[in-house]
Amino acid sequence: MLPFQITKVRSVQDALQSAAVGGRYIAGGTTLIDLMRDEVERPDRLIDINALPFKQIRAEGSDLVIGALARMSEVAAHPDTLRLHPVIAESLIEGASPQLRNMASMGGNLLQRVRCPYFRMLDAACNKRTPGSGCSAIDGLNVGHAILGTSDHCVATHPSDVAVALVALDAKMRVWGPQGERTFPVEQLFRLPGDTPHLEHTLLPGELIIEIRVPGLSYSRRARYLKVRDRASYEFALIAAAAVLDLEGGVIRQVRLAVGGAGTRPWRLRAVEQELTGKPFERSVLEAAARTALEGARPLSGNHYKVELLPRTIVRALEMAGEIA
Amino acid sequence: MTTNVIGKPITRVDGRDKVTGRARYAAEFNQPDQAYAVIVNATVGLGRITAIDDAAVAKMQGVISVLSHLNAPKLPYRPHKGSIDPQAGERLHVLQDDAVRFHGQPVALVVADSLDHAERAAAALRIIYEARRPVVDISDPDAQPILPEVSEDHTRGDAEAAFANAPVKLTATYDIARENHNPMEPHATIATWQGEKLTIWSKSQYVVNEQAEIAAIFGIPAENVHVICPFIGGAFGTSLRTWSHVTLAAMAARVTQRPVKLVLTRKQMFFATGHRPRTLQQVSLGAMHDGKLTSLIHEGTGETSRYEQFVEALVTSSSYMVSCPNVTTRYRLTPLDTGTPVYMRGPGEASGVFALESALDELSYALDIDPIELRRRNEPEIDEGQNKPFSSRPLMTCYEVGAERFGWSQRKPQPRSMRDGRLLIGIGAASATYPAYQAPSSARVRLLADGTAEVEVAASDMGPGTYTSMTQVAAETLGLPFDKVRFSLGRSDFPPAPSHGGSWTMASVGSAIRAACIAVLEEAGKRPAGERPLEAIASTERDTDVAGRFSMHAFGAVFAEVAIDPDVGTIRVRKALGVYGAGRIINPLLARSQCSGGMIGGMGMALMERTVLDARDGRPVNAHMADYLMPVNLDIPDIEVQFVDEVDPHVNPLGVKGLGEIALVGMAPAIANAVFHATGKRIRRLPILLEDMLEI
Repeated sequence: MLPFQITKVRSVQDALQSAAVGGRYIAGGTTLIDLMRDEVERPDRLIDINALPFKQIRAEGSDLVIGALARMSEVAAHPDTLRLHPVIAESLIEGASPQLRNMASMGGNLLQRVRCPYFRMLDAACNKRTPGSGCSAIDGLNVGHAILGTSDHCVATHPSDVAVALVALDAKMRVWGPQGERTFPVEQLFRLPGDTPHLEHTLLPGELIIEIRVPGLSYSRRARYLKVRDRASYEFALIAAAAVLDLEGGVIRQVRLAVGGAGTRPWRLRAVEQELTGKPFERSVLEAAARTALEGARPLSGNHYKVELLPRTIVRALEMAGEIA
Repeated sequence: MTTNVIGKPITRVDGRDKVTGRARYAAEFNQPDQAYAVIVNATVGLGRITAIDDAAVAKMQGVISVLSHLNAPKLPYRPHKGSIDPQAGERLHVLQDDAVRFHGQPVALVVADSLDHAERAAAALRIIYEARRPVVDISDPDAQPILPEVSEDHTRGDAEAAFANAPVKLTATYDIARENHNPMEPHATIATWQGEKLTIWSKSQYVVNEQAEIAAIFGIPAENVHVICPFIGGAFGTSLRTWSHVTLAAMAARVTQRPVKLVLTRKQMFFATGHRPRTLQQVSLGAMHDGKLTSLIHEGTGETSRYEQFVEALVTSSSYMVSCPNVTTRYRLTPLDTGTPVYMRGPGEASGVFALESALDELSYALDIDPIELRRRNEPEIDEGQNKPFSSRPLMTCYEVGAERFGWSQRKPQPRSMRDGRLLIGIGAASATYPAYQAPSSARVRLLADGTAEVEVAASDMGPGTYTSMTQVAAETLGLPFDKVRFSLGRSDFPPAPSHGGSWTMASVGSAIRAACIAVLEEAGKRPAGERPLEAIASTERDTDVAGRFSMHAFGAVFAEVAIDPDVGTIRVRKALGVYGAGRIINPLLARSQCSGGMIGGMGMALMERTVLDARDGRPVNAHMADYLMPVNLDIPDIEVQFVDEVDPHVNPLGVKGLGEIALVGMAPAIANAVFHATGKRIRRLPILLEDMLEI
């Protein structure tokens, strides 16, 4: 690990001023410290934002508001989460390990970096880590990589579980920065790799995530997060799906769907949602619609199975949501 | 007076020390004025080093020394092969030339006044290579199998002709991934010289061999080297050999004239400290319609390095597991541009038994005979490979006990016929076996004036509970209460023990302790009553006469129940049972713990573990605990372990057969057989992944 300075800030003003000089915000540090140890990340300055007052989790009407510094485990266990958006709790519990969930903040979770093994190896080509060096994964180990939203420059998936649920639920995020405050959909945080895979998100320099607001949804209790993987815990998703279902009389009135492990960012499936709306809640219907998710899919040498697994996971997540009374 | 300590479920004597942190592991023996060494590993898979630019690095903060083949001391590397070293080939000579033989080979060493400084300098060191494409895949057309120098094919009858004439035939191929041991504790060595005397605190399963090997490498008398390793945080075989990092620590300590500490990172533990070799196998079975085998041909190839021939008993068990008049086994090696493999828990048998037990299961469906019944019909009366009786063979008893306990009779024979809601349920079984070895060992016992006894052996305890079980053997033999005996291990100046592997520690070290205890009691009988201290040293080895007359093995029957999600393909083991006939059980609590641990290792082998090499440069791509999957708590089901009562008077005076290896053998085929029973899909490649289930 390279030497670095760390500054603890106690107000947003301090944080923004501190960031103006340069440096990286650190909260739980579960991604950043790991990558710094491997010298993949080499910040010379860290700004410790843990003292900032953004830990609160609360209900505002039927909206769930989550402070950016709330820990994953706190959000997962909070009564308002369980009441208003149980799928957020489920996606959090499926992520990482208890130790990591106790440390990792919600803001940091959204900004966590990819798990592509080549990204973590300094002696391997990686456009995300070293722009222009090439992508080792395209012709290498790519079992866990994306089939949607990839480019010739990067094929890594976004690893967050809760981001998938948040994107399905149309969550918004509030950020403060040198230019003031702004609010935008969580979905818009994530960039596609294109030919600039080193640019992962749309935050402006110095911007700080303050909170995440998940709008209330009348049918939010009929929702499931299904994470499919070889190990029962502590493994990133091969494919995951968040499904939120509004059923009446065996007919799908509305549905929200997003998937993880499939795309280079949390992947909302609006075409599948549209296809399902107004249709009977039957397996054959779900299966036909789920295949729409594969539009534009580009499987790699090692992940053809995802072409099969993605629609199956979608169908199964929808069925699981439908089983909720 | 007998205290009947043997057979009691006594908790670990070192348990409190381990959970309170008082137990000291290799990396915790920090020395005054200690320097820190960090290895720089080759980033190409084959080739040679053309330049090392160390000028800038040498000037970095805290850097004491940068060693490479350009300036490292030329070491004598005198010939030395311990019992665990490959008998053909020559060990890696570290930093002695410019050749890169495999990705991750140590090519330089940075020594600094702190770990941070050493890591930073190591990361900054620029090395230029002339690289070639390595061959790292055993199925690569450029990979050529060879006949190992130390290995014999077994032939009885005419297996090829019998196969051609068999009414029922089956031929199948099996591919088992490379695995790394991945113990919790990393490899670590702290080395310090006082003149010509070297002391090393080092993670080792074989301290007397580490002493001999380091002495040979540095060309100094063995008595000048002292190796200390009181505790091991898991090893599974990776610390049997003395790998290059031990040499590097000693070299650095000599060059810098300071104590030097060297700890490998998790990633480095995938490079140059051995692995379970990937294997390719083919099994052909010929049988009559009643299930009686007429032909068995088992061929297997394992990967090895270019510079050493690592051999293991891959196909050996096929010579004695089933009764069959016509058997051929063939074992080959495929040298690759990789580091040398090493024994990993259940070496050889774990992989070979997977192939044989998968094939037998497959045959049982072809014949429409219950899989356990098929094994009964082919149960041999003697070891037909060696043509001599077994000292004991409780395999069928294990199956009977296990079948009863596991509810085998409730199993519906047809594949894909059992469900729990949406889930496909499968139940499978497989045999386990491992030789009951005994190696030469010695032990010292001292009776003290306060009525206690001290026992010392240069043995190891990597987790099975050697500290506790050996204390039991000594207490029992001396007729003392358990808490009046103190057992010490892990020092090369103690009476020598064999390597802590091969499931022979109790048979070997326990027998020596027993003999030393008997000797000291005899001595006490000759002396005036109460004369203390009294000491005795004894050395024991296997009775060659008995060994010549009997085939000695432990046996077991392993059962697994799996649940497979037919939609998304996830495979979960719901229940597992291992029933073992392993001779006398010294401590049932430790024995159960050891067996359930081995069974979990087998679950990893079956469903998760694989080290993936990048074909372009030989790099292990998933050298990370998040990417190299092993079972976590949520994957581990209800595991049950049972031992059948077995008195084997032949194996050794203690009547023990060993447990460490056999506990991993058999689990993977039981799971694979359960997967077939659940789905009707036969997977012959390990690990079995959910992607293999998606076409069901």
